[in-house]
Amino acid sequence: MADVLVVAEVAEGKLKKTTHSAVTFAQKAAAALGGTYSILVIGDGASGAAAEAQGLGAAKVLVAEDASLKSYLAERYAPTVAEVGKGYAVVVGTASAYGKDLLPRVAARLGAGYASDISDVIAEGSQLRYKRPMYAGNAFGLCSVSTPIQVVSVRQSAFAAAEPSGGQSPVEKVAVKAPSGAAERVEFVSFDQVKSARPELAEARVVVSGGRALKEKFAQVLDPLADALGAAVGASRAACDAGYAPSDLQVGQTGKIVAPQLYLAIGISGAIQHLAGMKGSKVIVAINKDADAPIFQVADYGLVADLFTTVPELVKGIQAAKS
Amino acid sequence: MKILVPLKRVADPDNANKVKIPASGEKIDTAGLEWKPNPFDEYALEAALRLTENGQQPKVRAGEVVVVTFGPKDTETTLRAALATGADRAIRVDTTDDKLDGDLVARALKALVDREKPDVVLMGKQAVDGDSNQVGQILAELLDWPMATFAATIREEQGALLVGREVDGGVATLRVRLPAVVTVDLRIVAPQSVYSLKTAQTFKYNDGVRFAALPAIMAAKKKPLAEVKLADLAADQGLKVQYHGFQPPPARKAGIKVKDVADLVSRLKNEAKVL
Ligand SMILES: Cc1cc2nc3c(=O)[nH]c(=O)nc-3n(C[C@H](O)[C@H](O)[C@H](O)COP(=O)(O)OP(=O)(O)OC[C@H]3O[C@@H](n4cnc5c(N)ncnc54)[C@H](O)[C@@H]3O)c2cc1C
Repeated sequence: MADVLVVAEVAEGKLKKTTHSAVTFAQKAAAALGGTYSILVIGDGASGAAAEAQGLGAAKVLVAEDASLKSYLAERYAPTVAEVGKGYAVVVGTASAYGKDLLPRVAARLGAGYASDISDVIAEGSQLRYKRPMYAGNAFGLCSVSTPIQVVSVRQSAFAAAEPSGGQSPVEKVAVKAPSGAAERVEFVSFDQVKSARPELAEARVVVSGGRALKEKFAQVLDPLADALGAAVGASRAACDAGYAPSDLQVGQTGKIVAPQLYLAIGISGAIQHLAGMKGSKVIVAINKDADAPIFQVADYGLVADLFTTVPELVKGIQAAKS
Repeated sequence: MKILVPLKRVADPDNANKVKIPASGEKIDTAGLEWKPNPFDEYALEAALRLTENGQQPKVRAGEVVVVTFGPKDTETTLRAALATGADRAIRVDTTDDKLDGDLVARALKALVDREKPDVVLMGKQAVDGDSNQVGQILAELLDWPMATFAATIREEQGALLVGREVDGGVATLRVRLPAVVTVDLRIVAPQSVYSLKTAQTFKYNDGVRFAALPAIMAAKKKPLAEVKLADLAADQGLKVQYHGFQPPPARKAGIKVKDVADLVSRLKNEAKVL
């Protein structure tokens, strides 16, 4: 038994991009273990998403679909994921809100150890070692999981999205396992989606993030810059807490982890909790009026200036440079 | 309502750039770092206090908040601080961090829950040292209880909690019937995040967690603090996740300060080639 099971993430009948990162992990891990990987697509609308998953080079795509899985609830998903997981050496998902919520419950059901939010997998003989960021990204720990089945979640920004393989994996239906008592006591009430036409933070090539300094002008100042760059918008915790930006946009140790080609930090001080979420970006630009702001310690290009006058100028400059 | 709040003492993350990794890479050297309660656990405690009072001045407490930590004798400081802000009772499970992983903590907590029978286990979504984000979820599964993770809002209902969870793409609201496990996110300590059945809907708390007044700190010294052996809670003390070494993060090369916007744009275009 040396195979890997990828737990796909599905939204509105489509495979979420997070799944592709877990597949990249699975390719690495399966190669090290001398096994194959399969993808489990679970949820309402799973069959549509399964068609997409078929193109990702898996030995097979397993589909668990049932009316009881309509809205995601860990208590309803975990029993089926764990049941399918029994046949595998490693069960993997992405450390998105979904993966972070679901996978520890799956691990507990399997009596398996769980290594979360890993940024790399290293083969030592036929053993897997996982690298995981700790202490707000100030250290990496190398760990291994000693149980027969291992459960891991992977950091999306650390594993490139798997590309379509050109093949078509066979699809197999799997039975949905009846949940236990916990499921009877939880009810999905609603999902208030923050709608945005911009790219998703975790997948964007460019991210423009704003801090507390932007105040009520957060969108007014940042939107034109994001538009000029085709960027996703992010925010510091302070900006989210103050209500200048939706909390879904928080970048950092306890928010989203991003690693785009270009990250612009506008009026962000650069607390370690923020740096933990964006330090992996290829090129970092910081605009801050305080020359000693810690953000400048990680910025490739720092501009000491008032953002309210500088950002509009920058928008014009970028538009001119691009045309 | 009876609420159990697990609290972890962590090396102050704001000091984390001083976390040292010896050349051997054997362990993380936390010597000289300041200890403080994991911020998310402090938020969980604040939420627990709000759920067990009426949101008026003077406060009337209803229910019980029990705090528990896993650690050596000196972690009792963390528990006393929690008692000073309003927790009723404390339990210290005698052990050290290196003898624990998330799974063992969850198993020991399950045994404690079986004894204490709280209505809610309220805890931080992650500890900011290990950054693992798993104990609450594992505990919920071991107990076969429903859970609501990453809570930004909690509203008590008759026999249930209505919880707004911060997830990718927005806020998901769940109703969990008690007993349940809830893990909290940063915004749980905003002024209008937590309402007990007795709190007026218009009541606003101060932003953030409360501080202990001096008399409360004195009184906390007399509140009950029990010690429990880890072996009494978990017969099997084997760890499922083992650490083999630690590495510092790759250093970023020092950047430059640019003169003005024109300089910045030209460098982004010609040097970094990202425009
Ligand atoms: C448990 C915990 C978890 C956390 N998780 C996160 C996280 O995930 N992400 C996160 O971001 N933070 C997180 N934080 C918070 C973090 O510690 C900082 O408080 C936060 O990042 C600060 O946000 P800020 O830089 O926007 O605000 P501030 O610290 O207020 O900084 C504002 C900056 O703007 C500059 N400025 C002001 N006016 C102007 C102007 N006109 N022009 C240019 N510059 C200007 C100032 O010089 C300053 O540097 C966490 C904290 C804790 C305790």
